[in-house]
Amino acid sequence: MIDFSNLDTDKLWEATYETFYMTLISLTGTFVFGLLLGLLLYLTAKDGLWENKPINIITATFVNVFRAIPFIILILLLFPFTYFLLGTMRGPNAALPALIIGAAPFYGRLVEIALKEIDKGVIEAAQAMGAKTTTIIFRVLLPESMPALVSSLTVTAIALIGYTAMAGAIGAGGLGSYAYYAGFQRRAFDIVLICSIIIVLIVFIFQFIGDYLSKKLDKR
Amino acid sequence: MISIKGLKKIYKTKHQDIKAVDSITLDIDEGEIYGVIGYSGAGKSTFVRLLNRLEDPTAGSIVIDDKEMTSLKGNSLRLARQDIGMIFQHFNLLWSRTTEENIAFPLEIAGVPKKEREERVQELIDLVGLTGRETSYPSQLSGGQKQRVGIARALANDPKVLLSDEATSALDPETTNAILDLLVDINQKLGLTIIMITHEMHVIRKVCDKVAVMEAGQVVEQGQVIDVFSNPEQEVTRKFVEQLMTNTEEDDSLDFVLEQAKEGKIVQLHFAGESTNDTLISNVAKSYDININILQGKITQTQNGALGKMVIQMTGEKAILAEALNYLKNTSTAVVEVIRDDD
Repeated sequence: MIDFSNLDTDKLWEATYETFYMTLISLTGTFVFGLLLGLLLYLTAKDGLWENKPINIITATFVNVFRAIPFIILILLLFPFTYFLLGTMRGPNAALPALIIGAAPFYGRLVEIALKEIDKGVIEAAQAMGAKTTTIIFRVLLPESMPALVSSLTVTAIALIGYTAMAGAIGAGGLGSYAYYAGFQRRAFDIVLICSIIIVLIVFIFQFIGDYLSKKLDKR
Repeated sequence: MISIKGLKKIYKTKHQDIKAVDSITLDIDEGEIYGVIGYSGAGKSTFVRLLNRLEDPTAGSIVIDDKEMTSLKGNSLRLARQDIGMIFQHFNLLWSRTTEENIAFPLEIAGVPKKEREERVQELIDLVGLTGRETSYPSQLSGGQKQRVGIARALANDPKVLLSDEATSALDPETTNAILDLLVDINQKLGLTIIMITHEMHVIRKVCDKVAVMEAGQVVEQGQVIDVFSNPEQEVTRKFVEQLMTNTEEDDSLDFVLEQAKEGKIVQLHFAGESTNDTLISNVAKSYDININILQGKITQTQNGALGKMVIQMTGEKAILAEALNYLKNTSTAVVEVIRDDD
């Protein structure tokens, strides 16, 4: 039988809060930057509304490079950048730049795929009505791809929860940090177990909300 | 209203240049329903997309309502497009918007204030017969209803011209007729000029005033529907007329008819145009003491009157028969051809 004698509920709550905090803030940042990257990839592609080969190649390269670097190495690589930005390397805030830079390119690709799924005829119809490109972006592209954008964001959020745990293991706080330092390193496996359970629950919550929203938005 | 001169669209590929539209010159009058018919690949879709500059022409000029379309750029092109409505084969509605929101979209683009927008949308919904479906999403509508939304949307900004790119091709025959009736109704009510792209003869004959027949990027024949199809000069036009009349079958069976009807004169009447007198046969029968038997016929109604032919058998006294025949020849504009005289 496992007993939970090592567990400190206050610390567990704090760690859970930090995980939520890191996930939600980085998810917001990822949404904004990922959307921009995805739009840029889509619009500047061949036959796109802003067809532009150089910008398309630069964006695609940026996305590919940052998607290729394993997250744990990305955090280390970004140490100087994070320090320059925040003046510290520890705590939940220190994890945010790496989380966003790691997840935004991933989300950007998913956004691009979602946009490509939009019926070209609808875009053409908007053009025939005399719509500006910005109108097409905000009134056609984004609303028409919304269910896919939301379900992609769900996938990204779950990846981000995993990333926060990894960031935690090198000092960012949160459930990953608590499980690693207070649990694993002190052979208190009850803490590791309970942290895992909570993380699984958080993932379930995100998946549930994401599925619900995506379904509700989809009028097809 | 619309004047097109030497319009060309050439797609350059690695190996060859493809002439999608090749030197089209056309004039379309205000308030006219102008049909453009051709088989797929004839360039008719490219042609209509050149008109609102969804495609950029390689050469030539397009003047719509005194505006040279080919030189427009940026904002002025967008404004000009607001005066040209367009409907599509696959409707191209936004699935994320309801009926009324879809119809409001072009009004939003034109910057119409919300209150006016709502009034206009309601007007349009009534006009196209979608009352009660205001808050339905496209996925909850039938094909015909979706096209009605498409039409309302195209009319929202009071355009002068409506482009219809195979608008009925994805619909069943009954719905096609309902949509065509709606288009004719709108044409008459609003005096809108409509350009109809289609591969269906039925569409041309039912609604169009004039027609251009396209083949390999060129207009091979054009003019009044009744003239072009009663006297087709090109092979492709003949094929389209056959599609409507299925002439070949009739010619085969004419021999059979002649064998069956041993007596009297056999006369073939060719109808072409609005002067066709629809009580012609009964007039002849009433005025002369003869019997008329209709042996075979295929007549179809176009916007400008009847088109087709009929084979009749006339029996009676010889002198009266001759008089009746003269009456036929003189009073109707139908071409009277005596296939077998009564000797």
